[in-house]
Amino acid sequence: MSKLSMSSALEKRIRAFLQGPRKGETYELRSGLVSQYKHERKDAIQRVIQAMTIGKDVSSLFPDVLKNIATYDLEQKKLVYLYLMNYAKTHPELCILAVNTFVQDTEDPNPLIRALAIRTMGCIRVARMVDYIEIPLSRTLKDDNPYVRKTAAICVAKLFDLNPEICIELGFLDELKSLIKDSNPMVVANALNALYEIKDMNDDNNLQIFIINEEIIKNLLLCLNECTEWGRITILTTLNDYSTNDIEEANHIIERVIPQLQHANPSVVLSSIKVILHHLSIIQNNDIKQSILRKLSAPLVSLVSSSIPEAQYVGLKNIRILLEKYPQILSKELRVFFIKYSDPLYLKLEKLEIMIRLANDNNSALLLGELKEYAMEIEPVLVSKAINCIGSVAITLAGSVIKSINLLINLIDERGGDLIINESIIVLTNILRRYPGKNDLITLVIPVIANHINELNSNDSLSAYVYLLGEYPKYFSHLSDKLKILIDGFLEFDSSLQLLILTTIVKINLVLSDSQSQYSNYLQTVLELATKDCENADVRDKAYIYWRLLSSSSSSDTKHQIILSKLPPIKTTISSFNPVVLEALVSELSTLSSVYHKPSFTFIDPHAYTSLQSESSDGGKKRVKANKSNIEDLTKLAKAEIINNSKNENLLDFDDDDNGISDNGNGTGSASLLDELNDLFSAPPTSTSSIPSSADSNTITTNTNGGEGSINDILNLFNTSQPSVTQDFNNLNLSNSTSSSTTKSTKPSQDLLDLF
Amino acid sequence: MASQIHFLDIKGKPLLSRDYKGDIPSNTIEKFPLLLLELEDENSSDYKPFINHQGINYIFILHNNLYLCALTKKNENIMAIIIFLSKLIQVLTEYFKSLEEESIRDNFVIIYELLDEMMDYGIPQTTDTKILKEYITQDYYKLIKKSQDHLVQPPNALTNSISWRKDNIFYKKNEAFLDVIESINMLINANGQILNSEILGEVKIKSHLSGMPDLRLGLNDKGIFTSNNNSNPTNGSSGSEENAKNIELEDIKFHQCVRLSKFENERIITFIPPDGEFTLMSYRLSSTQFLMKPLILVNCKTKVHKHSRIEILCSARAQIKKKSTATQVEIIIPIPEDADTPKLTPEYGSVKWIPEKSCLIWTLKSFAGGKQYHMRAELGLPAVVDSENLVSKKPIKVKFSIPYFTTSGIQVRYLRITEPKLQYQSYPWVRYITQSGEDYTIRMK
Repeated sequence: MSKLSMSSALEKRIRAFLQGPRKGETYELRSGLVSQYKHERKDAIQRVIQAMTIGKDVSSLFPDVLKNIATYDLEQKKLVYLYLMNYAKTHPELCILAVNTFVQDTEDPNPLIRALAIRTMGCIRVARMVDYIEIPLSRTLKDDNPYVRKTAAICVAKLFDLNPEICIELGFLDELKSLIKDSNPMVVANALNALYEIKDMNDDNNLQIFIINEEIIKNLLLCLNECTEWGRITILTTLNDYSTNDIEEANHIIERVIPQLQHANPSVVLSSIKVILHHLSIIQNNDIKQSILRKLSAPLVSLVSSSIPEAQYVGLKNIRILLEKYPQILSKELRVFFIKYSDPLYLKLEKLEIMIRLANDNNSALLLGELKEYAMEIEPVLVSKAINCIGSVAITLAGSVIKSINLLINLIDERGGDLIINESIIVLTNILRRYPGKNDLITLVIPVIANHINELNSNDSLSAYVYLLGEYPKYFSHLSDKLKILIDGFLEFDSSLQLLILTTIVKINLVLSDSQSQYSNYLQTVLELATKDCENADVRDKAYIYWRLLSSSSSSDTKHQIILSKLPPIKTTISSFNPVVLEALVSELSTLSSVYHKPSFTFIDPHAYTSLQSESSDGGKKRVKANKSNIEDLTKLAKAEIINNSKNENLLDFDDDDNGISDNGNGTGSASLLDELNDLFSAPPTSTSSIPSSADSNTITTNTNGGEGSINDILNLFNTSQPSVTQDFNNLNLSNSTSSSTTKSTKPSQDLLDLF
Repeated sequence: MASQIHFLDIKGKPLLSRDYKGDIPSNTIEKFPLLLLELEDENSSDYKPFINHQGINYIFILHNNLYLCALTKKNENIMAIIIFLSKLIQVLTEYFKSLEEESIRDNFVIIYELLDEMMDYGIPQTTDTKILKEYITQDYYKLIKKSQDHLVQPPNALTNSISWRKDNIFYKKNEAFLDVIESINMLINANGQILNSEILGEVKIKSHLSGMPDLRLGLNDKGIFTSNNNSNPTNGSSGSEENAKNIELEDIKFHQCVRLSKFENERIITFIPPDGEFTLMSYRLSSTQFLMKPLILVNCKTKVHKHSRIEILCSARAQIKKKSTATQVEIIIPIPEDADTPKLTPEYGSVKWIPEKSCLIWTLKSFAGGKQYHMRAELGLPAVVDSENLVSKKPIKVKFSIPYFTTSGIQVRYLRITEPKLQYQSYPWVRYITQSGEDYTIRMK
């Protein structure tokens, strides 16, 4: 230090001037944290949390923040807990230091604090936590206040995550199961949620987490109307997991769930639909089935009128699945799916998917009019999709073919442009493939295509055109010129197009060989080009096959049979699911698989969750087994880390701290910190002994009485919580079992008693 | 349900994060900006509000240039996650007036506190702002008293079966204000034909009532009777559709306070209301029988003289009852982006040129039923024009509201208020408004 101050005073002053106020941020925060004024302390904690959020490491302030936990001021307490929660993840070894305070807070008269404490304890993922959590957890699970109980229920899942063996051994799983029958619907819902989480984490096949039986279902159906929206979703999930063979019961469940279709929350609605469909499968009576299905159409439509586009999208994806399973379910609702100008693009495209699936002879005119409007829009993706949809209508509904074709031709004439022409020609070709050999259609389509050949620039549209050339050569005028252009550009085309040109020319030669011999020149040229100059093996092979076939002695009938065989007409251009996939998707409605349109096993790794779990629990076991003095190691570790941090901090601060006042603070900083740490590690149980030292050190570091104040707070706390502590001790004696962990956890209380 | 929740800026950079479960590495979200870029880069049609990448599912919604993103490994209920995220936005908006990057930066601490109350271990707990406000401490106006009796406690309501109302509410004057608001969405083609129309109705209540009042809402018989037919096709599945001349309230949605099973069985709407403002029910009517013609019909002719100017002749007619008057009518007419030097001559009302939005807004403060007005506008066009630009497909948008009138004819017969303990006198008030919805649009030729 002295060396530093000796070196160059001027330079330092300039630096101090330039970087002054920001440098001592940690120092400032620390002095705020130990301020004698409550509002300053609170403000300081808030600023610490802010610094933490933007990624600064404020772990060196841990002891100072932690001291503020002992207070009646709920706001301040919550702030400290917030800080702890965040460090629980990254610095678990620090958080374990606060464990005694947590245990105490679970006995606070205020249920909010009890819940807060148990919630935070569950978030600290350190194996050692298991030893301390047992008593508070079993106490809070039986708390009078439902808010505490519902929080404790989730804490069981957190404990299972940390150490499944202990969780089961101590009977928490059974306690959790008994909470399913709790009088409070919120508690029931959270208990179910916790059980689901445990079920997902469990990798022990012999362990039965929970079975849903008739009695539970009855209870849940009663709860359903009393719950918050989120509780309802949980209960609905459970109802969906339950299968019954009793038609009566299935009917009863459906009856109870139907009112939920009118809930304002779309996820409640979708979950209800899922439950109803699940239980519908065992109902035999077709009339009842149909009448229930009818009730689902309005709720399904309501998913699309939600104000959140993302939710609408999920709704649409689910509707697409349901439409395939129950095609009639929305047959009258086409208008709802009309595109709104303000819809995001992904929504527009998905709406089109639904619209073409709802096409029927009654609404085709309306639909085609609408599709025409979309084809006039600006976004290219939407335009080409709309054109494709017009084609799908023509292909699905034989009655609308002429209308659709005219619509496409109109589009080409009116709007034109590369995109529309190319897309329309692909679609027109598809329509001809659906209705092959129909003279009226061919005479309608071919001239239009022939007029726009020069504008074709995509591989697909050129392929479509070349295919038509081969299929209907007689309908094209100036056929020879057209073929010449293709052959001239042959080597530049994509190989898939080359294959098609090859086939087309061979076909034309067979069909038109009698009248005109000019095509045989083309045949010769193309075969030579394909076999000699073309690099693609497929094209070469195909050319050789044709060549040999044509020059072979087999009868022309055989050649005709082989080369001019008709392709089967296409049935639809609307994609559909494979039946197995469809069943899987229907059973996974509303989940991620319903939006990916993939069954869950294809994208969820079943072991992703459990393997990570077992890893950490293994680690946990090892640590527990290691030895009890482990906590000493941990404290050492924590101390070292804090000292390091504070040293770094101080080193940085040195430059501007040469005014003497803060020098003092820095010099004793780490030493006093150590004292405080010792204080913390032992406190609150043994804090009596360390009060003087810590008070001293506080006064040195900060020339305020903040330290004393906070210790008074701690003392006050003991005074008020005295009765409950003793009571607790009695409890402990009662429940004291032979299990080693239990005896361990009694230690703090023992210490507490010592204190009094 | 969700392992982590993140608030991110428009580029995908995290602003604030909460890790609920710890089963996903905390740096996973750093991949989000890249994934987002990929999504938008490849092809605009590939954008979807969810991504699956290396076994992690990113589910996100976009709001005010912010992404709210939830991460999960499991095949979770995506609808519930998206609704939860939107509720989160709703709660934070009610706290900060507007949720954007700046308000997040200013409120880290309270957002953390709210996140912890709203979700625990990834399981949604409560999303009701009124109840949350009861016990969230980070409220600078509410000082916490020192003495034991005034400690902030979890409100009973939080875990009660009536989770939306606290005890001991008291008002000197007990009043309930009922608004029936019908928003009309209509799509009209250039010839004035209706392509699609729907009425989105809402019954909103502002409750200033003491204690735990039990309310019963009576609508005109038509509404109740036919909705009965509609959702109970078993009663007369074949007959109900023929005599559907009455109001067919489709798809009624109720606030969680309404006893759904009572409605299902007896068609009676009963409820204990939350305090203050809330939406009691919403309904949708898509049938065109109430809307044979557009309420406000706009006919707009544009004539483009290439390289010089564009002429717009617009006429609007209020096709509503003579007695009614539409107010705050705004007709928003899109014009080419590069048009300038407007000459605007409305017969009535005022016209404004909004160059940044490329539109004209014709405002008519009040528009009596049966009237028709014209407006002529002329704008200059630059000499060099890309002809593609002129084919702007933007539709004309119309905004209006018509007080004392519901399009569907739904009416409130009575609102009975009973508070068994306090037995006070109460005063219900009812208002009706028909207004334009988000999408009252007329396509241009």
